[in-house]
Amino acid sequence: MAKRIDVSDLNVYYGGFKAVEGVTMTVEPRSVTAFIGPSGCGKSTFLRTLNRMHEVTPGGRVEGKVMLDDQDLYASSVDPVAVRRTVGMVFQRPNPFPTMSIYDNVAAGLRLNGVKGRKKLDEVVEKSLQGANLWKEVKDRLGKPGAGLSGGQQQRLCIARAIAVEPQVLLMDEPCSALDPISTLAIEDLIGELKSKYTIVIVTHNMQQAARVSDRTAFFNLAATGKPGKLVEIDDTQRIFNNPSVKATEDYISGRFG
Amino acid sequence: MSSVTGVSLADETPGPHGSAPLSGDGAGTGRLGDRLFGGAAKGAGLLVIALVTLVGVFLLWQAIPALARNDANFLTSREWSVDGAHPRFGIVELLWTTVTVSAIAMLIAVPVGVAVALFITQYAPAWLSRPAASLIDLLAAVPSIVYGIWGLRTFGPVFEPVQGFLQHTLGWIPLFTGAGISGGSTILFVGIVLAIMVLPIVTALSREVFAQTPVTHKEGALALGATRWEMIRTAVLPFGKPGIISASMLGLGRALGETIAVTIILSTLPDGAKWTWSLLNGGETFASRIANNAAEFDTPQKAGAFIAAGLVLFVLTFVVNAIARVVIERRKAFSE
Repeated sequence: MAKRIDVSDLNVYYGGFKAVEGVTMTVEPRSVTAFIGPSGCGKSTFLRTLNRMHEVTPGGRVEGKVMLDDQDLYASSVDPVAVRRTVGMVFQRPNPFPTMSIYDNVAAGLRLNGVKGRKKLDEVVEKSLQGANLWKEVKDRLGKPGAGLSGGQQQRLCIARAIAVEPQVLLMDEPCSALDPISTLAIEDLIGELKSKYTIVIVTHNMQQAARVSDRTAFFNLAATGKPGKLVEIDDTQRIFNNPSVKATEDYISGRFG
Repeated sequence: MSSVTGVSLADETPGPHGSAPLSGDGAGTGRLGDRLFGGAAKGAGLLVIALVTLVGVFLLWQAIPALARNDANFLTSREWSVDGAHPRFGIVELLWTTVTVSAIAMLIAVPVGVAVALFITQYAPAWLSRPAASLIDLLAAVPSIVYGIWGLRTFGPVFEPVQGFLQHTLGWIPLFTGAGISGGSTILFVGIVLAIMVLPIVTALSREVFAQTPVTHKEGALALGATRWEMIRTAVLPFGKPGIISASMLGLGRALGETIAVTIILSTLPDGAKWTWSLLNGGETFASRIANNAAEFDTPQKAGAFIAAGLVLFVLTFVVNAIARVVIERRKAFSE
């Protein structure tokens, strides 16, 4: 199920503004890769190019290549809608569909794919909620609105919604930044479990979180405000945190800037 | 909120010392500004309720004497003679015409208005959506007499052959039986003119709501692999539903009560004309009957009869709005 991502020489633009420049990296399947870096360095922007969500922003466009195994995501024959069904995403703020019940939220992606049978839906909803460690808490109120859950539960509901369609890759854009420490821990445990099945990429501002959950870490930085962000280095998380090869990485991690 | 298993809302703010969360009346601090503003808001609210109540009371008070003397069944009679010691009048025909005309208007205006609003907010490029939105807002402000004259002089003749076609091909359905009324002055035609009149209102208000759909909802749908239309169905329309209902209610209010355009377009029927279910017939709505006979309000009895008709219109509007509120309230838990 999990696929490898190969990015080569990717530039990302907002209209005429180059937000990210020259990123080349490989994201290994069945592992967690964390993106860290100061605010505005383009790590979230870059993340959104991996499922073609960047181009949803007016003026957003991309140069370069993103390969998902042997498939070029930006080839002209590729439908962005199909890409997003393969590469799931969890956002910074939990965003369950407010007009839908818990059940319908999880089933939303399946229904978009044309799955109709009640039995099949029931099955996948339960499996996904269990996968997101939420089943026990909500199984008696699946018909209640998803927006009535706590923030941490809502975020796990969004993860359940994302994994219900069985994506190859799961992108997480600061998934814990709006959550309290206990909910954060719950999500981090969940990421640890999910990586046996998915390729996971997570953007985080929390260095400890990157150290705790990820196998590999990519450090992004920008020279100055208004300049494009760049990938400084990507390496095993152990190495990045203990013995990075670039001085800027060490400075950032030890809190000397950023 | 910190509990993993908690059911609390994410944005709930606990009050000081563990008191109830700050919301609604509990948020008052007893300071002068709070009390002034709270009082003013309360006063304005009460004033609206008082006005509506007074309108109702006035209508009842004026209508009851005439109704008491009415020899015909007010709700089911088609007669309308309000003179003399034994007046006979009923509203069934007015009710039928008013409701049909408005229903035709809503059937056309709501889907088209919502579609236009979706186009402006979700599909149109920025250079087009802004001017289009202003234009629609402007159209909503065009006075109804303009639509009336345009309908009568310009659109009516154009519609004539369409009506002939309907009558010819669908004449076997009672709704489209010919009644010898020219195409530019029938119930169907007035309904269409009203739809055009109401369309900008529905569009302008729906557009306003659709434009406020949170980006996070839209991106949530897109990230699941929704196409644009599927995104609209999963995120924009559910978010905008209460707005669409409110917009339709305002539009319906205008259609039900529209007077001048209906008065100048719709053919009135002679006394004793045969009852038909046809949309290709003439008739009178509550408002147009009252306007057509404004010169007759010389005795309290006559005026009272017309006011009784107005009272039914008032109740009708009230009931429709109440139903709309119930629809919105019922889904409230799912719309926050």
